[in-house]
Amino acid sequence: MRSPKDRNIAILMILPSVILLAIFVYGFIFQTINTSLTDWGEATGGAALAENLERNYVGLDNYYNLMTDPMEFEFRTAMVNTFFFTILFVGGCVVMGVVLALLLDMNVRFEGVFRTIFLLPMSLSLVVTGTVWRWLFQPEGINRLPDLLFGLEPLEFRWMNSRERLLPFDWNDVPMYLTYLGVFILTILAFNFLMSRRWGAAGWAAGLGGVLLFAYGVGLWEQTIWPSLGFPEIKGYEVALTGIIIAAVWQMAGYVMAMFLAGIRGVPEELREAGRVDGCSEVGVYTRIVLPQLKPVALSAVIVLGHISLKIFDLVFAMAGRENFQTIVPGIQVYNAFSTNRFASASAIAVIMLVLVSLVIIPYLWTQLRSSE
Amino acid sequence: MAIDQPIATRQVATTTSSRDTRRVITRGLIYATLIFMALLFLVPVYMTVVTSLKDREDTTLDTAWNLPTSPDLEKFEEAFDQLSGNLGNSFALVFVATIGSAVLGSMNGYVLSKWRIPGEKIIFPLILFGMFLPYQAILIPLFEFMSNLGLYGGIPGLILIHVVYGLPITTLIFRNFYIDIPDEMLEAAAIDGAGFWGLYTQIVFPLSLPGFVVVIIWQFTQIWNDFLFAIFMTTDANNPITVPLAELAGGEAVDYNLTMAGAIIAALPPLIVYIIAGRYFIRGLLAGSIKG
Repeated sequence: MRSPKDRNIAILMILPSVILLAIFVYGFIFQTINTSLTDWGEATGGAALAENLERNYVGLDNYYNLMTDPMEFEFRTAMVNTFFFTILFVGGCVVMGVVLALLLDMNVRFEGVFRTIFLLPMSLSLVVTGTVWRWLFQPEGINRLPDLLFGLEPLEFRWMNSRERLLPFDWNDVPMYLTYLGVFILTILAFNFLMSRRWGAAGWAAGLGGVLLFAYGVGLWEQTIWPSLGFPEIKGYEVALTGIIIAAVWQMAGYVMAMFLAGIRGVPEELREAGRVDGCSEVGVYTRIVLPQLKPVALSAVIVLGHISLKIFDLVFAMAGRENFQTIVPGIQVYNAFSTNRFASASAIAVIMLVLVSLVIIPYLWTQLRSSE
Repeated sequence: MAIDQPIATRQVATTTSSRDTRRVITRGLIYATLIFMALLFLVPVYMTVVTSLKDREDTTLDTAWNLPTSPDLEKFEEAFDQLSGNLGNSFALVFVATIGSAVLGSMNGYVLSKWRIPGEKIIFPLILFGMFLPYQAILIPLFEFMSNLGLYGGIPGLILIHVVYGLPITTLIFRNFYIDIPDEMLEAAAIDGAGFWGLYTQIVFPLSLPGFVVVIIWQFTQIWNDFLFAIFMTTDANNPITVPLAELAGGEAVDYNLTMAGAIIAALPPLIVYIIAGRYFIRGLLAGSIKG
């Protein structure tokens, strides 16, 4: 059969790719983590990379500074922006995508044409999308539509230049909100487990909730990952993000539509038929039979979109530029720090991005690969 | 997964005329919503095309939404003059990097799906993670590495970068594609004396055409549309098209007529590919969610 010699050729043929990725992904990640623990380029306030600056290890100082230095408020704004951006962008795409998929599944004529239109933005560069929407958000653009279509007053909204901030909260209170949110979710879980008589699981959920509350109570977050600033710093939803989120939803809603459409078409007709025989209405067939089958699809879509939103860079760059404090995101910040030669803090922010993406992607990869075996 | 298969027609028994009217109303509402959404999605397209065909004087607050009074391609000529060098860079980049990552991806997919190699259960997820990597986390070492090799700043370096970071997705698509080739076919050929290369050239590669189409189209659009590596890793004259386009849009006094013409020029190649080969593009799109 297949000889050991051929197997060795196989190993030899995949080796270049494995080595390249080992260097370009994991080797470089290691180097970035390493850089984030130094003061490379920080003290001098930026000298050219080629000058081969001295680097000293400073431990976790860069991370500590990002969390506590009054001057680093931009990083904290970027984190809050990422949070709101992710929620609204993913939510918007899912709602839009599901609606479009359900509509297209209604046996419509010219389905192909509609599908092509809804997916068209997906083929464009985020820079093109950003450029086009930047124009639409000029005073001559979208703001004039109510006037042109219905003769109403034109909008006065300033989009990316807006300075408004909604839902204000103090950065120092975030651990409190997160703790309460965690406890709330765990309580609901525990209650559900109790109802279904899964005593062990209920115990774990309740216990974990208690631990979370206790950790917060004794100030564990403040002493570790979330040191108190010592002064209030008000954050909130930056209204200037709204336009960027709209453009992002325009770009990516088609992706969710395609995922759901493929998922819906994957539900066997016999299952739907069985539902009808059991007396489901056409709406009931969707809500009781088709949609529950789509949970894995929904999860994939949410995770892929979520990680895109954590990495977002091109779109913000093209729409709002890199010096707009209202719309700052970590990707832009890394660029700014890099171009002013602040390599250590650029690396620290990049590592935080990597950790956030990994928190979403690693469990996802793990379950996907395990279930496909 | 395919979304363009014909759907089995679902017929609801219609017995009374009131049901018929209700059906007509529902159908009408469905089409009305779809058409409304389609128009909404096309608003940016309309505005871009209209603006690109106008002059500055024709793009005032009152007339920005109007069709051009005397459409001309002047702004396209101007944009093309400014961007032609970058267009050339993009084409060179996309051509070589797409072929490179497709060939390597095909080889990896073949090995991972049809050969037992030590540690493959660990190697495959580690390769896949590269697909989701926030590239910010490797930019500074990459910059140093490319500088040390003398590859920083130019298109050859950017080609290498796109080939390497394209490997996860191309490997995944080819692996999932080759897994469907029955092992018996390969075993039969192996009995006839085909080795590693024989199996690839006689069986796997000839069946690969659709896989190659999906991968090439996907990589073409991704690499063409990339901005992050383009702006970090190339110097001015070597910039691919997305960089000068972002600069055009981000300047102080923006000439939006010129910018929109530039946006259309930059969007056209992937757009043409998408319109011609949409179904393959969608397969690439769906492959990104692992199971495909």
